[in-house]
Amino acid sequence: MKTVKLTIDNKEIEVDSSLTVMQAANSVGIKIPNLCYDERLDIFGACRMCVVEIEGSKKLQTSCSTKVRDGMVVHTKTEKVIQARREILRLLLDNHPNDCLTCEKAGDCLLQDYAYEYDVKFRNHTGKIRDRYIDDSNPFYVYDAQKCILCGLCVRVCSRLQVTGAIDFVNRGFDTIIGTPFNDGLINSDCVSCGNCVSVCPTGALMPKSKEKFRTWEVEKVKTTCTFCGVGCQINLLTKDDKVVGVEPVKNAVNEGLLCVKGKFSFNFINHPDRLNAPLLKEDGVFKEISWDRAYEIIKEKVDKYMAENGPDSFAGLSSARCTNEENYLFQKLFRAVLKTNNIDHCARL
Amino acid sequence: MDKNRLISIKEEKRAKIIENLLQNDLIELVEDKVVLKGDYYKNQLRIALRNCDIINPFDIEEYIAFDGYLALHNVLTNLSQREVVDIMKNSLLRGRGGAGFPTGKKWEEAFTFDADQKYIICNADEGDPGAFMDRSILEKDPHSVLEGMAIGGYAIGANKGFIYVRAEYPQAVKTLKHAIEEAKTLGLLGKDIFKSGFDFDIELRLGSGAFVCGEGTALIESIEGHRGMPRPKLQRTAHVGLWGKPTIINNVETFANVAPIILNGAEWFRSIGTEKSPGTKVFSLVGKIENAGLVEVPMGTKLRDIVFDIGGGCQNNKEYKAVQTGGPSGGCIPKEYLDVAVDFESLASIGSIMGSGGMVVMDENTCMMDIAKYFLEFSVDESCGKCIPCREGTRRMYEILELITEGKAQMSDLEELENLAHVVSDTSLCGLGQTAPNPVITTLKYYKDEYIAHIVDKKCPAKSCKPLITYTISDKCIGCTLCKKNCPVDAIQGELKVKHSIDIEKCIKCGSCYEVCPVKPVKAVEIY
Ligand SMILES: Cc1cc2nc3c(=O)[nH]c(=O)nc-3n(C[C@H](O)[C@H](O)[C@H](O)COP(=O)(O)O)c2cc1C
Ligand code: SF4
Ligand code: SF4
Ligand code: SF4
Repeated sequence: MKTVKLTIDNKEIEVDSSLTVMQAANSVGIKIPNLCYDERLDIFGACRMCVVEIEGSKKLQTSCSTKVRDGMVVHTKTEKVIQARREILRLLLDNHPNDCLTCEKAGDCLLQDYAYEYDVKFRNHTGKIRDRYIDDSNPFYVYDAQKCILCGLCVRVCSRLQVTGAIDFVNRGFDTIIGTPFNDGLINSDCVSCGNCVSVCPTGALMPKSKEKFRTWEVEKVKTTCTFCGVGCQINLLTKDDKVVGVEPVKNAVNEGLLCVKGKFSFNFINHPDRLNAPLLKEDGVFKEISWDRAYEIIKEKVDKYMAENGPDSFAGLSSARCTNEENYLFQKLFRAVLKTNNIDHCARL
Repeated sequence: MDKNRLISIKEEKRAKIIENLLQNDLIELVEDKVVLKGDYYKNQLRIALRNCDIINPFDIEEYIAFDGYLALHNVLTNLSQREVVDIMKNSLLRGRGGAGFPTGKKWEEAFTFDADQKYIICNADEGDPGAFMDRSILEKDPHSVLEGMAIGGYAIGANKGFIYVRAEYPQAVKTLKHAIEEAKTLGLLGKDIFKSGFDFDIELRLGSGAFVCGEGTALIESIEGHRGMPRPKLQRTAHVGLWGKPTIINNVETFANVAPIILNGAEWFRSIGTEKSPGTKVFSLVGKIENAGLVEVPMGTKLRDIVFDIGGGCQNNKEYKAVQTGGPSGGCIPKEYLDVAVDFESLASIGSIMGSGGMVVMDENTCMMDIAKYFLEFSVDESCGKCIPCREGTRRMYEILELITEGKAQMSDLEELENLAHVVSDTSLCGLGQTAPNPVITTLKYYKDEYIAHIVDKKCPAKSCKPLITYTISDKCIGCTLCKKNCPVDAIQGELKVKHSIDIEKCIKCGSCYEVCPVKPVKAVEIY
């Protein structure tokens, strides 16, 4: 590994020569603002928020797309840099609905955070704002072009990480939006509703169609493992008043911030009134709730009975892909070691 | 195909072509050289356009008749890759597509970069409004481009070339297709050219009308099948370009200069033009100019010589006001600077650019705010929408210019315009956004008084911005009724031989009355 020495905000550092200035700064805890950078994706260079001053070059440079060099002297917070960032934010706000009061994303929106940090406010102007365009054809999420800052994260996540390529930039210049081929609506596209675009969107442009009303600061995040399959994706369950109201993928985990449609959007069953919470016993053709203790008693009685009558091979077990590996392990152990039968299988093999 | 064959074709054809042209009075021979006839061509020096209007572009033998493919033969049979790169470096040829980057230096970058596959691309996406230099070369002398590309391919070690040509040039596409087929048939493209072991193929790729696809990395994205949006310049395209391979992109005119440099040597090329910008440059002279057309002159020629000696000055003897060089990315050059030398450095020093060679001439009736607005509108329409400053900022600048030309702006708007111009040019991702404010920046520099007249006095000094002018009829009116008859909205009242008058409420300021008023020397219709 070749390293270079450089100075960022008067801090002398030594880093791998393949890094960009932004990565080098991040590695020593200097945060550089950006709206289109994601370490999982190719450098895009669209938002221009990450500009910095580099001694020796007259123009501002974008730190996401400038490689470190030996002896480089970088300033990330000069007057000129801050002014440029403020202007960029102002241009964004000039073309953004003043809707933070009721926007679902409020509190979790990068644009809002930066506008606050750099003290940029909405202002009145007579110029054009982007045409209203809302695609709510997908049952799980909705796209609102007016809130979109065209960072392209959704497009790149969909094509590079999800590898579906359902969406792209449509139109050009000021009229650019995110859309599908022939703007035929998400429901008619290749979209598989994984929601990875929704998870990565920094603004309220791509939002889940949530049935629950909540503000982001009201929820508690509970980290857990998604139970839909055996991959073990890490998720944060967003809970409000002991109720699950949303799911977000965890970035630094096996799933690297990605999920599938089930993990991302399928959590309503948790609070559903039809969900089984206790064992049921059918008597005279009618299901009745019983206690777990009673249920185990019945199972034990029946196992003993059939084991005595027909032997181990009269038993068979089928396990579920929605159980964890550990649960599946225990299940087969029960069949092989306790019931002494090899009649054990798993739904994922079907 | 070998050298003898090339020479025998030349001997057989050349005299016939010249005789034919002489008979039709189209050319004259100056020191044995073929020169197009007429005053317009007298002061030109044609290298890139050397064969235009002289040979039949659909007959490869006519190209060969004027030394075509001799340079390629020489390169493939006598010179090493390094030697070709060195000749190009020594010639100091600078890219003609706009930025003026030294071609030899660029080729060297790709030549010295090790890779299993390299590409050479000809940028024929010419999109500046009013520019048609490349189009002429493609339509009239396609082989000069193919030969230049093959030489470039050999130099850097690429055996595949692409010509990215805009679909709005159907004639150029047709000519190129034909030329590539002919060259393949004669073995001048394809496998083992001149038995040198060098293979080279060229394919066409059609652009679909996005100006930004002329930008090198957007062009690459487009060839790869993606949306044409520029890439951040983390790596050079000479190292990591098309499909991640070393790629050289040059302009049409740049390639057209390659064969003459190989044939005549780098010294010869450097003897033309200026020290830092050798050679010639093709300009397309358009706008309010007497003789519009293509002009090829040595670099460093004075702007005055181009506009007046060759172009014949402004139409209808109107007074020269400015010339816009470099299209929407360029700036305007006022009267005071007519003696500027037209080369990369001199133009940059007065805030304009050489660009690809567009020259739009404006006369006294041109409103500079209107011009700035026109070029900015082009950039607004052509912005790809990727980066924030260009996508949002050019639109806001355009809106302010609209307010100014409608007489609705305040001085604070002017401050905002200047501020935005700097934000957009300082922070945009690609050349389009970085240069889009240039027409505004230069007009603000040279014509600030006109801006102020629009904003403070609500007047357009060039009498061009409709909302700021009024048409009236003076006492000189002879009552001929011509204006009344021509007014499309019946805004003029008056009887025969009685002074007419205009109803300002109805008038749409189309100027028909002014055009037809026969009173001389000063018309009775007046514009305020
Ligand atoms: C917005 C934009 C449009 C451009 N359009 C063209 C074009 O139409 N033709 C061209 O040759 N170069 C164009 N260029 C310049 C190219 O990026 C590139 O510099 C050039 O093709 C390199 O060739 P050269 O070195 O031979 O000039 C454009 C640049 C920008 C930023
Ligand atoms: S939900 Fe998934 S597949 Fe659909 S557009 Fe978003 S990222 Fe692409
Ligand atoms: S929808 Fe969101 S992620 Fe996609 S471009 Fe717009 S702001 Fe970025
Ligand atoms: S400067 Fe304009 S054209 Fe260039 S990348 Fe940005 S938005 Fe696109």
